[in-house]
Amino acid sequence: MITVKNLWFSYDAQVILEDVNLTIKQGEFIAVIGPNGGGKTTLIKLILGILKPQRGEITVLGQPPKAAARRMGYVPQNTNISKVFPISVMDVALMGRLGKAGRAWRYSEADRRRAEEALDRVGMLEHKKSPVLNLSGGQRQRVFIARALASDPEILFMDEPTASVDQEWQAQIYNLLKELNKSITIVVVSHDISILSSYVKSVACVNRTVYYHDAAEITEEMLGKMYQCPVELVAHGVPHRVLQSH
Amino acid sequence: MDIFHYEFMQNALMAGLLASIACGIIGTLVVVNRIVFISGGIAHAAYGGVGLAFFLGFAPLLGVVGFSVAIAIIIALVSLGNKQRADTIIGVLWAVGMALGIMLADLTPGYKVDLMTYLFGSILAVPREDLLLMLFLNVAILGTVVLFYKDFLAMSYDEEFAGLMGVPTRALYIALLIMIALCVVIIIRVVGMILIIAFFTIAPYMAEGQSRSLYSMMLLSILYNCVFALAGLWLSFRFNLTSGATIILVGAAFFFLSLFLRKFAKMLKVGS
Repeated sequence: MITVKNLWFSYDAQVILEDVNLTIKQGEFIAVIGPNGGGKTTLIKLILGILKPQRGEITVLGQPPKAAARRMGYVPQNTNISKVFPISVMDVALMGRLGKAGRAWRYSEADRRRAEEALDRVGMLEHKKSPVLNLSGGQRQRVFIARALASDPEILFMDEPTASVDQEWQAQIYNLLKELNKSITIVVVSHDISILSSYVKSVACVNRTVYYHDAAEITEEMLGKMYQCPVELVAHGVPHRVLQSH
Repeated sequence: MDIFHYEFMQNALMAGLLASIACGIIGTLVVVNRIVFISGGIAHAAYGGVGLAFFLGFAPLLGVVGFSVAIAIIIALVSLGNKQRADTIIGVLWAVGMALGIMLADLTPGYKVDLMTYLFGSILAVPREDLLLMLFLNVAILGTVVLFYKDFLAMSYDEEFAGLMGVPTRALYIALLIMIALCVVIIIRVVGMILIIAFFTIAPYMAEGQSRSLYSMMLLSILYNCVFALAGLWLSFRFNLTSGATIILVGAAFFFLSLFLRKFAKMLKVGS
């Protein structure tokens, strides 16, 4: 579904990603983890076609990223968007329909219905007329998920969905993603490895290069390569073991 | 209000109204896109257009249209190409445009026009044909923003996502900067190019906190601008003050009052 081959990317002289190879299959629920500044967000933006690689090739759904952009949903990091912007919940959700609406000067009835369905799915339909600036961090996050869902994506990318969100909502987000994963492929970026609970099917560790692991667990070898220093693994009494026995 | 019986006063009113509409709409987009500095650069560099028009002997406002649109396109391309260095280059263009205007005016033989009228406006001396140009530009701006409203909204809120959804954000950004240039032309007679930033920022800032949508922020900004222009015009006539400066200071008075009220409201909230 997504193929990344020999990918290189650098900002100015600083290499962010080198020789990355990655294949993501249909129906996956993959966690992209790694240290801050390791290139997780950059990798996602390359796959989405927001950034262009210096070398290498990316195909998404058999097309170059730009061409496939409208078949992908994207929930960016919560922190990058102005919190005082005067806009309603519904108007944010409708942005997910931009690709379908094209340059028509207004959204169609069908677009509005689809946006409302997406809001309903994340439990925000009753707030559709509220200004976004009145919402809590978790509610804003849900609206951004609705915006991505409104575009009927085949693949959903989420960048740090649990940042600035309370514990209770973190669990809700992952339950929602698990539900969505029945029909779409999901890629979640997080610097927090505790998300590797029962939800995730595979893991990709990103730190300049990518290590892919076909199961929801991290090996010590992966961590060693990732963080370039001995890392103490702290295993809590979680229902699903995320760390290999060691 | 018998002062409004004079034709020059009616023209001044019309000019104030037209400037309020254009600046309310474009000022809102300038504020939410955080490109106040860019709009300042375009407004000041446009002075080169005044000098150029004098030098070549055609209507000053037409000179400003051509020159400021050209500057807007250059600034758009520079800031799209290199975000980090853009502010430096805009700063340079800002000064070069003004210097060019003054030098070209120096080099123009014959009678020296009062350049101050372009820097600080002369709303009491707006000729009919300028009103017509202002009306035409207003219609162009209004039409563009209405037609592409959802796209401008998406670009202003989240440019990256808008781009992903196929919105031509680069083209819209260039269009926005060109519309800023057209606004400069509209407002030059009213408050002048130096004071234009205040007309772009004060009303949208006040409106932002009270609006639920970009659309209502634009309408409210237009309303505020109209109040500033009308009250400023009346005060300047009544007390024989420079109209452009009076209009801006009326706006500034409202601005500081609203800042104070916001602080006060916050204190009440914390106190209760």
